[in-house]
Amino acid sequence: MTPQRRTPEELLRLVQAEEDARKDRGKLKVFLGYASGVGKSFRMVDEGRRRRERGEDVIIGAIQPATSPEVQAVVERLEVAPVRVMDGVPVMDVPAILRRKPRVCLVDGLAYDNPPGSRNPSRWKDVVELLDAGIDVITSINIQYIAELRERVEQLTGKRVESTVPQSFLYSADEIVVVDVPPEMCMTRSPHGELDEASYAARRLSELREIALLFAADVVDHQLEQYLERNSLAQSFGTQERILVCVTPRANAKTMIESGRRSADGFHGELIVAYVKQHRLSAEDEAALERNLSIARENGAQIEILEGEDTIGTILNFARERGITQIFIGHTLQHKWWQRLAGSHVDRLIEQAHGIDVRIFPH
Amino acid sequence: MPDRPVRGKLRIYLGYAAGVGKTYQMLDDARELKHAGRDVVIGYFEPHGRADTIAKTRGLELIPRRRVEYRGTRFEEMDAAAILSRKPQVCVVDEFPHSNVPGSERAKRWQDVQVLLEAGIDVLTTMNIQHLESLNDQVLRISGIQVRETIPDWVVQQADQVVMVDLTPRALLNRLIRGVVYTPDKAQKALDHFFKESTLVALRELALRQTAHEVEIRQLDLEDLPPPVKPAGDSLQSIVTGRGERILVYVTADPSSAMVIRRAKRMADYLQADCFAVAVQPRADLQDLNAAEREAIERHLNFARHLHVEARLLEGENVAASLVDFARRNGVTQLFLARPKDRGLRTIVRRNLAQQVVQLARDMQVTIVAEREAAG
Repeated sequence: MTPQRRTPEELLRLVQAEEDARKDRGKLKVFLGYASGVGKSFRMVDEGRRRRERGEDVIIGAIQPATSPEVQAVVERLEVAPVRVMDGVPVMDVPAILRRKPRVCLVDGLAYDNPPGSRNPSRWKDVVELLDAGIDVITSINIQYIAELRERVEQLTGKRVESTVPQSFLYSADEIVVVDVPPEMCMTRSPHGELDEASYAARRLSELREIALLFAADVVDHQLEQYLERNSLAQSFGTQERILVCVTPRANAKTMIESGRRSADGFHGELIVAYVKQHRLSAEDEAALERNLSIARENGAQIEILEGEDTIGTILNFARERGITQIFIGHTLQHKWWQRLAGSHVDRLIEQAHGIDVRIFPH
Repeated sequence: MPDRPVRGKLRIYLGYAAGVGKTYQMLDDARELKHAGRDVVIGYFEPHGRADTIAKTRGLELIPRRRVEYRGTRFEEMDAAAILSRKPQVCVVDEFPHSNVPGSERAKRWQDVQVLLEAGIDVLTTMNIQHLESLNDQVLRISGIQVRETIPDWVVQQADQVVMVDLTPRALLNRLIRGVVYTPDKAQKALDHFFKESTLVALRELALRQTAHEVEIRQLDLEDLPPPVKPAGDSLQSIVTGRGERILVYVTADPSSAMVIRRAKRMADYLQADCFAVAVQPRADLQDLNAAEREAIERHLNFARHLHVEARLLEGENVAASLVDFARRNGVTQLFLARPKDRGLRTIVRRNLAQQVVQLARDMQVTIVAEREAAG
């Protein structure tokens, strides 16, 4: 890849071109927080204010009823779309916003459920309508309202939330920003006073914070892959640790897979167990292989059965494709005489595994 | 002798590039602390001509910088002595990884900060992920840039808090184009190098993961009852079962040694394992080596110590045997070696080493570390 010299204007055009490609759809930007009081709403309205000052047509579609004075001060400087009240619950007035057609709409509390009989059952579906109409949406959400994280968060907070947003909707966002502040700051800042409750011990806040950071990292990793694909860049940056454990019927699979699990967990990375198909396995070997694969399943590994005449080449191709950072392989200590001369499988793997660490396990 | 003061608390604002808003958020928090009645000063601040950020310093006391002349050029550095005699409760120090001009009392700003902390002063500081020592090779691979000003990981681990300052790469590029971050000529240079979108996205991911890790390792110090329940296969389990892992790094005169040490130390940190390093030489006084090799081995052992990896020189004729024997006696579970070079006479020797070690080390795992070169 030759380095391309890009002027700011060219870059702007490039960004513009990309924007044009998905021009019809509005852009979704999400501020993600780990607890109430971290300042998501402030970051959201502050971005609205700055865009307004730069001349963009910004309105507030929905804002939480109880906001901090800082948020309130910014809200007062922006246009606020009137909400409809149904059964005493404020509901975003989607038809009114569509008629008003601003460039940017701020939507606080993405996970809100609308009362029965509303246009859409939940606020995030209102947002989909705005996006489809070409309106950019800036929104905020707390991790406890992400459907796939709900259970984990609930174990920490002891609180059950009813309304959630599917993770896939957040993965579809153009931009996601994690709002990270030291836990003691959000304890003093919370406008709702929820954080005074004992259920929010420092330890729990810390764990919620970790979940939010890792969720954001996973979304970013997904975006990075998409970016590299879009630009047909076949490269891996190794930002996420991905461990590939190669098993055979004879491998000391239990040690290797458990070790892989520990490494993957330590890095919050991925664990993949692969087997390259061999011809004419004895019944005994078939059974051993099945045992090894079930160990992989028990350890929550992704399992891949690969096919290829050249075992090492097959493993390496797969590893490059999947952005593997570490390959675990077993090493037999008894070699046939010709292997000693030609070099073993493991020697070849070490020689050719450019950019990938190889961990060798004795059998 | 008076009692030593309680060590000050260190908070690091971690970002992934210039312009994400680290200094802005740090100053914002400093103002909040001052508002809450704490005695806050600015020890060092780099304005970069950013009006929004400069406005945030208003009302905060600024300790004048120390003027230094070096080879006919004037430099300005943080005046640690002046801060010590002013003795605030909280001190704001921008650009943690900065190297002081030669002839300064301490080589690095992070060392100045250590002195402030020891004097009981709380410090707020800023850094970018690419300055973390253990990520040096990976950052080179991502950005094509070898970062020289690095901070050992243990310095960051000692911080009481690491806070991620997040901004999306798209927003950052927009700020750059609007001239918020740099002057036009500098912006152009930045766009050509660090500020490629793929680079920014990758660095951002590294910063998020590192912050999550920093949050996680600090949870061990936090009290909570009952113990939090985590789903099977998650981190806490690994912290408990991962204990007892011991990593040994083999150090040579070859430049790849630095990379192997960094990678091993990073693995050890993430797996909560112990890590140490050895070189093996026939003569402990290294008199059989030429000056360059001798110097390189010493330098690599010192580099390991600099990262808080215990390092020593072993005397032995047979490298593989000495290494494995030492590892066994010290309960090592994993050996780290550099990948053999592709060509040349040394290949045969080195390759034999990896093979010999694998043959001998039947009771431990051997990791061959790959070099991480600039991509593309």
